[in-house]
Order: sequence, then C-alpha cells, then structure tokens
Amino acid sequence: MQESPKYWKGIEELENSPEFVKNALTEFADFLPVKESHGTSDATVAPRRDFLKLMGFGLAAATLASCETPIKKAIPYLNKPEEVDPGIANFYASTYFNGQDYNSVLVKTREGRPIKLEGNPESPITRGGLSARAQAAVLSLYDGGRLQHFAKKGAKIDKDQLDQEVRNALAGAGRIAIVSHTIISPSTKKVIAEFAGRFAGTEHVMYDVNSASGLLRANGGVLPAYDFSKADTIVSFDADFLGTWLSPVEFARQYVTNRKVSSEKRSMSRHYQFETNLSLTGSNADVREPLKPSELGEAVLAVYNAVVGGGSASAYTDKSKKVAAAAAALQKAGSRGLVVSGSNDPAIQTLVAAINQKLGSAAVDVAAPSMIRQGDDAKMSSLLKAIGAGQVGAVIFYNANPVFDHPMGADLAAALKAGKVRTTISLNDRLDETGELCTYAAPDHHFLESWNDYEPKRGYLSLAQPVITPLFATRQAQDSLLTWAGNPTTYYNYLRTQWKGVLGGDFNKAWDKAVHDGVALGSAAPAAPAQAAPALDVNAAISAIKSAPKPSGIELAIYEKVGLGSGTDANNPWLQELPDPVTKATWGNYVTVPRAYAMAQKWEQGDVVKVSANGKSVELPVLIQPGQAIGTIGIALGYGRTKAGKVGNDRGANVLPLAQMRNDAILYTNSVTLAATGTTEPIAQTQTHHTIMDRKPVVQEATLAQYIKDPKEVTEYETISTPDGPQKPNKVSLWQDYEYKNHHWGMAIDLNSCIGCGSCVVGCQAENNVAVVGKQEVINRREMHWMRIDRYYSSATHKSDFEEKGKLATYAAMEDPSENPQVIFQPMMCQHCNHAPCETVCPVLATTHSSEGLNQMTYNRCVGTRYCANNCPYKVRRFNWFSYYTNEKFETVNGHMFTDLGRMVLNPDVTVRARGVMEKCSLCVQRIQLGKLEAKKQKRRPKDGEIVSACAQSCPTQAIVFGDMRDPESRISQLLRREDGERAFHVLDAINVQPNITYLTKIRNTESSEFNA
Amino acid sequence: MQHVSPVREPLVTGGKTYHDVTQDVCRQVEAAPNIRWMAALSVALFLLGVFFYSVYRTLWYGIGEWGLNKTVGWAWDITNFVWWVGIGHAGTLISAVLLLFRQKWRTSINRAAEAMTIFAVICAAMFPVLHMGRPWLAYWVFPLQNTFGSLWVNFNSPLLWDVFAISTYFTVSLVFWYTGLVPDFATIRDRAKGPIAKVAYSLLSFGWKGSAKHWSRYETVSLILAGVSTPLVLSVHTIVSMDFATSVVPGWHTTIFPPYFVAGAIFSGFAMVLTLMLITRVVFKLEDYITLEHIALMNKIMMVTGSIVGVAYITEFFIAWYSGVEFEQYAFINRATGPYWWAYWSMMTCNVITPQLVWIRRVRYSIPLTFVLSIIVNIGMWFERFVIIVTSLHRDYLPSSWAMFSPTIIDIGIYVGTIGLFFTLFLLFAKFFPVINMAEVKSVLKYTVDNGPTYTGHDPHHHVHQPATTHGVPASASVNYDKHD
Repeated sequence: MQESPKYWKGIEELENSPEFVKNALTEFADFLPVKESHGTSDATVAPRRDFLKLMGFGLAAATLASCETPIKKAIPYLNKPEEVDPGIANFYASTYFNGQDYNSVLVKTREGRPIKLEGNPESPITRGGLSARAQAAVLSLYDGGRLQHFAKKGAKIDKDQLDQEVRNALAGAGRIAIVSHTIISPSTKKVIAEFAGRFAGTEHVMYDVNSASGLLRANGGVLPAYDFSKADTIVSFDADFLGTWLSPVEFARQYVTNRKVSSEKRSMSRHYQFETNLSLTGSNADVREPLKPSELGEAVLAVYNAVVGGGSASAYTDKSKKVAAAAAALQKAGSRGLVVSGSNDPAIQTLVAAINQKLGSAAVDVAAPSMIRQGDDAKMSSLLKAIGAGQVGAVIFYNANPVFDHPMGADLAAALKAGKVRTTISLNDRLDETGELCTYAAPDHHFLESWNDYEPKRGYLSLAQPVITPLFATRQAQDSLLTWAGNPTTYYNYLRTQWKGVLGGDFNKAWDKAVHDGVALGSAAPAAPAQAAPALDVNAAISAIKSAPKPSGIELAIYEKVGLGSGTDANNPWLQELPDPVTKATWGNYVTVPRAYAMAQKWEQGDVVKVSANGKSVELPVLIQPGQAIGTIGIALGYGRTKAGKVGNDRGANVLPLAQMRNDAILYTNSVTLAATGTTEPIAQTQTHHTIMDRKPVVQEATLAQYIKDPKEVTEYETISTPDGPQKPNKVSLWQDYEYKNHHWGMAIDLNSCIGCGSCVVGCQAENNVAVVGKQEVINRREMHWMRIDRYYSSATHKSDFEEKGKLATYAAMEDPSENPQVIFQPMMCQHCNHAPCETVCPVLATTHSSEGLNQMTYNRCVGTRYCANNCPYKVRRFNWFSYYTNEKFETVNGHMFTDLGRMVLNPDVTVRARGVMEKCSLCVQRIQLGKLEAKKQKRRPKDGEIVSACAQSCPTQAIVFGDMRDPESRISQLLRREDGERAFHVLDAINVQPNITYLTKIRNTESSEFNA
Repeated sequence: MQHVSPVREPLVTGGKTYHDVTQDVCRQVEAAPNIRWMAALSVALFLLGVFFYSVYRTLWYGIGEWGLNKTVGWAWDITNFVWWVGIGHAGTLISAVLLLFRQKWRTSINRAAEAMTIFAVICAAMFPVLHMGRPWLAYWVFPLQNTFGSLWVNFNSPLLWDVFAISTYFTVSLVFWYTGLVPDFATIRDRAKGPIAKVAYSLLSFGWKGSAKHWSRYETVSLILAGVSTPLVLSVHTIVSMDFATSVVPGWHTTIFPPYFVAGAIFSGFAMVLTLMLITRVVFKLEDYITLEHIALMNKIMMVTGSIVGVAYITEFFIAWYSGVEFEQYAFINRATGPYWWAYWSMMTCNVITPQLVWIRRVRYSIPLTFVLSIIVNIGMWFERFVIIVTSLHRDYLPSSWAMFSPTIIDIGIYVGTIGLFFTLFLLFAKFFPVINMAEVKSVLKYTVDNGPTYTGHDPHHHVHQPATTHGVPASASVNYDKHD
C-alpha cells in the first residue's frame, strides 16, 4: 500500500511545537508582529520591513475603500410608525401665524420631517393660498440660529433651575408685563389670563410692528373684517391689502374673485389706489395716484365730503381728478363700494369708517370682526415709559422683539441694559436684540413643533399640531407660562379642555376632525365686547386732519415688504432672496426715491444717502422708484437686524426709529432730511430693465371696455405670411410635431388674476431645492429661482412716437418708466416648448422632450455648455456657477444645504444640483409622477386637479392652472378652449417654439390703456 | 507647368543661393538662443503661468469665477474661441488654397502660417473645454460607447458639429504641417553636430533620404492634403458660425453668417500672420525671404476679406430692417446705440475703415504701418465676436432678463493666458523648427530671371535684368504656351 507523501508547510509543522499548533488553527494572526519580532518593546522603533508592510497594507486598504461609494448612514425605524412609509409623504394640517400673517397650512412631511408647507384648501379664510412668508416658515424650523436650550445670561441653564429661579423672581416682582405681538390664540390668552391670576399685577401688552391701532380705535376697538369680493369699487388710501395689510392672502383671493373675467362675465371691480410708495396693491390698481403722507388725510376728507358731505372743505378736492372720480364711483357703487386705509392715524380711519358706513358697504363686517391685529400703541408706549421709569418688576417677552421692531426700541434697550427691570425673561426663539438683553431665555418651540389654536376671525378657528419632535431643548411658551403659574397640565391637554366647550357632539370625533382639517367653525374667544363708540367722532377727526402739522421738506413713508414683513423671519434666506414684487430687489432695504428728485440731486441708483429724523439717521442706498410720490421717499422696515442670525444680520438698516408717535399711535411717516454720503452700495435686483420696450408679443393687456366690446379683439395674434395668406405661426413648421398619446401637461396663467405676490417663487424654491446664492451673486445676475415674476412698468412713450420721433429716440425714451407707471406682472418659468430651442442645441442630449410634453433636464448628463440657456428665448434656465452646497462662499446664505440639520428641509424627491449643471423648472415632474403612480395603484387615470405643481398650489389667487391638456374635460382644456382666440396667448408666439404654458391677457378696468410700452 | 512673367517681382531677394537658404534658415535652429528670443519666451511663459492660474481657479471653483450670468451664458470664452479659430484659418488657406492656385509666393510664409494655425487651434480648443460646467466630462461630446445605455450625442447640435469640424481641422493641419517639415528636418539632421540634436531630428525626419521616390510621395501627399484641407477652410468657420446662425437669438439667427464668418476668419488670420511674420523676419533676419512683396500681397488679401466683412455688417443691418421683425431690428439698434455701442464702433473702425487704407500703395508697402494695421485688425476681429455674442445675448427677447456683462480678472487671465500659450508654442517652434520651408523656397529661387541663383556668388550685377533666350520667358522656368490659360 502506497502512502501518499506528506508535505510539511515548514519546519515548524514537522517539529509540531505547541506554538505552531496554537497558531495553525487560526487563519489570521492576531496581530502583526511588529515589535515582538524585533525583540524590543520600544514602540517608536518600527522595523523598516514592518513599516513598509503596514504602509503597503494601508495604501491598498485606502485604495480599495475609496473605490466604494461612501456609505451614508441610513437608520431604519426600530418600530415603524403605522402611518409613516419611507418614500411617501404625509400631510398634516396646521396653522402659521407669526404675529401678523395668518395662513392655514398643510405640512408635508417625509420620514417624519416637515419639508414643505402648502395652503390648506379646507380653510374658509386662506382657501388653499399661502403667503411667501408662510411658505418659507418651514426653513425657519431648521434654522441653526435658534436658541437651542434654556439660558441665563446667554449661558445654558437647566430647565428646572430656570423654572425655580423665574418662579421666585416673579413671586415678588410686583408689576409684571407680558409683551407680545398680536395673539389670536384663544387658549394662549387663557393661559396668560391664568398666569395673571397667579401673579397679581400682570398685564398683557400686545403691539404690532405694522400697527392697526388707529383702525381699531376708529372702529371702537373692533377690527372690521373685509370682503373685497363684495366690492365693485375699491378705494384704498395707502392700504397694501394685497401685500402686507392685515390678511393679504385672504384679501387677494377675495379681490381676484371680482377681477377674473371671461366672455360670460365681462365685468370686474374698479380699484383706485392713493398711496405714497408704489406698493404691490398699487401696482394692481386700475387707477393710481401718488400722494404725500401729509396729503392722505385731505384726500380722504375729499372723498368723505363727496360721499357723506358736511365736512369742511378739503384742500385736495380740486387738486386731483382721480380723487373726484373715486368719490363718484363710490357713490355710484353704494353698498358695493369699499374704502380702506392703511394709515395708523385714528382720524383718517374714523373718516374711512364713516364713508363705509354711509355707503352701507357690504364688504365691511364688524359683527364677525377680524382678530388679526390687536396691538395697542398707546398701551405699549406707556408700558415702555413705565419700564424706562423703573416701575416694572418683570417683563416677559413672548415672541416679541420690541428692541428691534418698536420705534422706541432704543429706549427699551437702554432701560434693559441699565437694569431698570429686575427680572427679564425672553420666550423668543433666539437670543435676538431683545432676548440677549434679558436675564432668562426659555425659547419657545417652532410652530411646527407645537400645539396651538387660532381664531383669526370670530367664528373661524384653526389648529396647529406638532409634526416633528422638538429639535432642540426648547419648551412651548404656553407650557412655560403654565409651569410658572403652577399649573401642571400640559398645554395640549389644556387646549383640548378649552376646545371641549367649542366643538359640539362627540368631542373626540370632532377634535380628530378638527385636527385633521386644521380648521373648525366656532369661537373659542370670550364673547365679543360690543363695539364701543369710536375714539373720535367725525368732527374731531376732521379737525385733527386739518390741524395735523404740515411737514416741510421730504416726507418718509415707512412700509413693509411682502417678503420679509416685520423682520421676524430675517434669518430666513428664502425670504431675503425673494425679490420684492415691485422693486425686484433682494437682500436689504433701500431708499425709494422719485426719479425727478434723484436727477435733481444727481443721485444714481446705489448711492448711499443719510436719512435723518428724530435726531436719528439711517444710511441706505438709493433706488429710483417710478410711482413714488414727488417729495417723498420710502424705506422698508424689518431690515437692519443685528441678532437675527448669520443670514439676517446687518442686511440694510432699521428705519423704525425714524417713525413718529402722534395721537398715541405710531405714524409710519415723518419729515426727513437727506444727505449724500459719497459712498455707494449696489442694490441686488433680479431685474434691472423695467419697461417692456413695445414688445406686445411678450405680455399683453387690454381695457375692460375693449373686452366688453369684443373679447376677440383684446389679444394681438401674430401671423406669418405664407403663399396661402397670413397663417398662425404654428402652421408653418420645419419640425415634426410630437405625438402625445397619454398625457400632455400644460399650464395656463391668468395675468388678470396674478397679483405678483411672489408666493409661487418661494413655493417653487421649497419644492425643488433651489439654492440661495446671496447678495453678491444676485448682483452678478445669477439667482437660481426657477420661477420668477417679471414686472414691467409702462413708459411715457406711445406707439405713434416711432413714426413721429424716429426709432432710435423712441427706444431710448422707452428705457425709462413713466413717472406714475402702470404695472404688469408676468410669472415666468420654463415654457416647456414643443419645439424647444434648448433641446436641439445640447450636444449631449441632456435636455430632451418627454412623451408627455415636458422639457426635461437630465442633470447627470449635462456637461454645462450653457448653449441651451443662451438659446432660451425666455431666459429661464439657471446654471450652477458654483457648488452651492460645498463652496464656503455660500455657507452663510445657503447654510441649510451645508448642515445635517438644514438638509432635513430638502425635498428627497428632487436632486440637489451639482456644480456646472443647468437646471430649470420641471413642471414639478416629481409631483406628476407621484400623481400618476397613485392613480395607477388604484387602476385609474389621474383625476384633474389631483396633480398640481408647487406654484399653482400656493397661488393665493389661483392664477395658475395646471393640468392635462389631452384630457378634454380638465380645467385647463376647458379654459384654453374657452379663451382660444380671446385672451389665450403664448409668449413670443411668432418664433414658433410652441410653449405648453399659455397666458391670458390682462384686462384693466380703465377707460384707455396707458400701458404702451 | 507654369507661366512666369518677366515683369514679376522676385519672391526671394538678396541673390540667395541654395546654400544661403539652408544657412539662413538653419542658423537659428543651430545657434544658441539669442537674448531677444529668451526675453520673448520669458514673457510668454509668464503669461502661460497666468493661464494656468486662471484655469486652476476655473476648474477648482467653477465657471462662476467668470463674469457670465443667467442672461449672458457665453462671453469672453466663446469670443476667444472664435477669435482663435479665425486666426487659425490663414495657415490652411496659405498652404492649401494657395498651393492649389499655384501661388508660389506662399512658400516662404506657409510654414510659419501653418504653425500658427496649429497653435491657434490649440488655443481655441481650450475654450470649448474650459467653458463647460463639468469639463472632466468633456469626452461625452464624442460619440463614444458608454456605460449609460443607449445614450448618444445630439447630431442636431451645432456644438457637436464644432467638435467634428475643429478636430478634423486640427488633425489635417497638423499632418500637413508635419509633412512639409520632414525634408527640412532631414536637412537639419544632416547638419546636426550635437548627439541629442542628431537623434531628435533623426526621429523627426522619419528617415527622409531625399530620394526621388521620397520627393514624389511628398508632392503627392502635399497635393492630397491640400485638396482635403481646402474645403476645411470653408467648413470650419461655417460650422462655427452655425453655433449662432441656427439659434433663435436675434442677432445670431442670420443666414449670412457662414460666408461672413469665413471671410472674417481669413481676414483675422492674415492679420495674425502679418503680425508674426513682421516680427519673425526681423528677429531671424529673414528679410530676403519674407519680402515687401509678400507683405503687400497679404495686405491685399486682408483688404479684400475686410471689405467682405464690411459688406456683411451692412447687410445684417439691411436685413434687420427689411425683415420687419421688431426683435431683430432692436438687436441691431441696440448694437449700434445700446450700452455696448463702444464695442460695436470699435469693431466697425478696426475692421471696416482701417483695412481700406491698404488701397494706398505706401501703406501697403510700409512695414510699421502694416504692423499697426494687423494689430488693429486683430483687435477689431476680437470685438466682432464680442459684439455678436454679448450684445445679442444681453438684450434678447424678454426685457426682464436684460443684463450687462463685465469680465472678471479670471476671464482676462484666461484670454491673456492663451496668448501666452500661443507665443510659448510659437517661440519654441521658431527656435527648434525651420521657420521657412527650405525645400520649397529653393524651388522658387529661380522664379524670376533676375533672381536666379548666381553660382559665382560674386557677381555684383546679378540684379541687372539679363536677356532671356526667349523674350519674356526666363530660361529656368518651364513655359506654358497655352494661350487659353
């Protein structure tokens, strides 16, 4: 028998030593015998060969590791919540109210994090619309500038310890003041009442940055609710009701209801606007006249005299035909007339109320009044004086920042610094200008982390529910107050108890429904006090107007911007970069100056001037503003924050110290002196050419008279000369048309409904992860917004000038807007052309046409030649000039793409675009896909209205209709059929790119269109 | 087979012998670099450094380092690209078209002109790559197999045509140029003393022996390549112009662009050749080879093409008016009177008015004036591209998007840098390669009767007109009696 030869692995195996036996069983050596083999224990001496071995291994390991995609942490749910499916969004109803702007919202959450707010269509007030500010609020949730813990003098402190100290301090504080903006939450008010019950001497003082104290006083302590849809004649005296006044989202919807036209309804309201600055509302007015703030009273008086009669003669009557026309129109309209004023002067508001009363205006409701402004200027200023005098023992600032946003803020700051108040507590979400002067900080939750209720209008309730666990160690302010008041209930239970008295029937069911819907009918507020007598009678008001000091020199009108508002959200980059609807400026405020004055002073846009009043001054750049009343300037409040956070600090200057107090009300006007400083600061505008240059194919408009006469005559359609006579441009084509077998997505934008508010811009930004680029890059004309709103002013030239004065002179004259221009807004985004010029020129086929009519951008394939952008007639393509999420230049402004915290806001369905890649509107293709998938799961076709782009969703006036043009029953198909040949037009029809976006001609309710070119 | 007029000016002056030609051309290759060359190279290398820095900034941070914006997506990048491509046109024209037309005077300038073409195309090619947002993916513009499935390039895109046009042009020009160099490399190889030079030029000369067979093949290849390149002279800039002409941008969308661009390219190409030749002939003492007659002839071509360009400018305006399209009309009004009026009028002055001075004989034959003129034309042609690209884009259809463009330091750096790159290459070429085609120049030495080589080399009267055997026909030239010619 032959024995198979035995091979030894080595001499060790042959010897079979115990050492070998031990090691033979382990495949790998336990350790690399670095030191041992060398026989020394000195770790610093690594033998050369071992060193090389380790080096080699390290290199190989590193190389191999780098071949793999880095593994990102993805942690699965240990216990998956029943309602959360990864990849599928959940919507929760909630409410946004920042002290001035009420919106009922739906919160879109993905995997438990809120990523977008949408309008709640269930709300009878905002009806699915959403303001830009509310859109942007979701980003504020992830704001790293929020205070992330309780603090004492800025240093972290234990919650219980803070509670203990605060309770002790409050116990012997004497007079305690709770300072807040308007609170429309009935339960919160109850909490404050309970707190006041525990600590005697507590008073709750509300104030508003954009105060309506004068309006409240003139109406006997009641804020009328308005319904602009019930008015055929609207006369507004400096009330920016579409942009910033009281409840713009609600008003915009009402306003537009009576402005939408069709060949069946050829009527619309007529809107007169008398104002100082060119506001968003003024831009939409049919008749607008600029006037000085000091003339406002006289102008109202003139209307009062005409409508009611009996007042002393107004100096303004003969001066303006437009005032007379407005008065006559009001008289004709009777109860269908409405006068509103944004003035905070009770005298003016008294006259306005009297006019409305005389008219019997159906649009004013004082029985179910609005709650949205409750601030009392008189109370606030007496409190501030008391604080200055050291009479207040403790102050609690509840989401209020009066050091910044009250005209007497500097006095308050001085008092707080001087320790005039023994105990100061801030419930603000950050150590802001006021908060950092307070001893204690007990930061409130963000509203998306909170329970709360709201009653914006008597009889209309809404709820906020938390949609995410609190991100930081904060506590809801109501809980803090309850805790300090010694009530151990949580605010949630407190709230439910409150609502038990409101909701009838089975409470649990009703409550669930209310939480689900976000809104409910009923009132939780205590029975309304009867409307008191107005603070002033009409005669006193007239004499107050007559005796008002006549300012000499330039008058300043302080206004609020549609985007940033009072400045509470100044650290929100989406709002900072949202172009102002009228000036198209971003990132800061400026002095709006009439052209004539700037020319007289030899000021160019961007020259910094010093504006002084009240012994205080601000330095801001000049922006030449058509429509600005002669002899006035305008400056926006809300800017100049110093403690808002990285994004919001030092943007512009705070103008509120230049406001004045008169008749115990804040007057947002003053006489100022201006002086050039010799320095310049460029203003970051997204649009720098302001007139339409006689380009009818770009944007079209007509008058109501023309429309009534013949709807087929209001739109100019270009034709192409062919051998068969003039033809529509799309009849002549070298191209093969696409065949759409399934869907053909399209959009219609009614220029009559679009008010230019910019809510769609932020909605699109949130939906599509559009980067923020900051001031300098906006100046470089590189903002990334997929959706923009073009704003054109009319110029003083007429079409006939071309013949009379020649082309060169006329074009040159057209560059400048007229002194009081008509304004037109045009939302502009990718037109999804069927014959897209961008598609043919891309060398690598990165942009192609889909089988459903979409012009698609394939980011992965894009090499970034920018040829498509050059060849886009609409200039809607946006290029990633830098890596906006890694380049440190953008860390301040686009910070949310840099941190794990901020990145939670990103929509996981949309790629964050890399450097060097082109991007543009996709018509929210992710939403289209989602809608189709949902329908497919249910084995049906998508229903019309089920799929809505983000812009259409957020539009407060429903100016944007999105849908399937292949479905003959869809709203868009019906609309286009109806408007074909009437108002429907394509921008730049003659170049035959055949867009899928259709616009509807704007109709103005004026005698003759002043909008020429 | 050519007809030679006895009154024709000599193509090479100074009574050069074949040996003189070899000596004159090889001198700078063999001698140590002179101080002027060193100084010039230092400047060029500095500019090249600027180029590398600017490219680094562009590649590291992104195109945002440039002055472009959402409205003006191309500016200096494509301006420079078209400018360089245009400059690169003269070489092929001289070597191919003039060869086919039997223009013998080209022989002393074609080598340098071709080199210039190649270097200009290299400079030009930098921009299509650098202007990409993601230049590391530049190879995606080639119809290559890929791992992404059935992705293919877009054959509708003029940019893709550019890729083919430029790469073809570059390849053919390079081969043509190199083919011409081979016999001269062999000459230098044969004369080389240093071992490195010997090896280097041996390799470069591909074993050229100068046998009849070699010469025969050389001639054939030259002729074929000339035939291949001739359409390229027209096609390259035609295709470049289609980047604009096929678009919808008013001011770009113009059917006149192809001929207009080709004329402009030849115009700027000759201007650049003149600039370089005027320097080279002085620096390398080649006045006898690049004569005043050459300069005058090139001036004439410049004037003709310049006039074509001028007519094109005016035609554009006419068509804008005649079309009745308001956008088109405004685009041209804006060009002449808008914010960039200065660019437009610089272009008009430099390109239309200045070349007309060449009608004056004194200007045509003046070296300093010609030099200034050539520089002005180069500037004018740069402005032409800038005007077409930027003033059309910055105010196109929607006034809301109208914007201005201003270059950043990086924009300027890249442009100046490519000039550095160009001159670095050209100076290296001029030092190490024969700048004049010795073989071909030798063939035209006996081009005119009074300029034939004098083998005695001592005849002081060699410039005196000598009676020919047949009246009017030089003895050394082959005679074409075909009167139908």
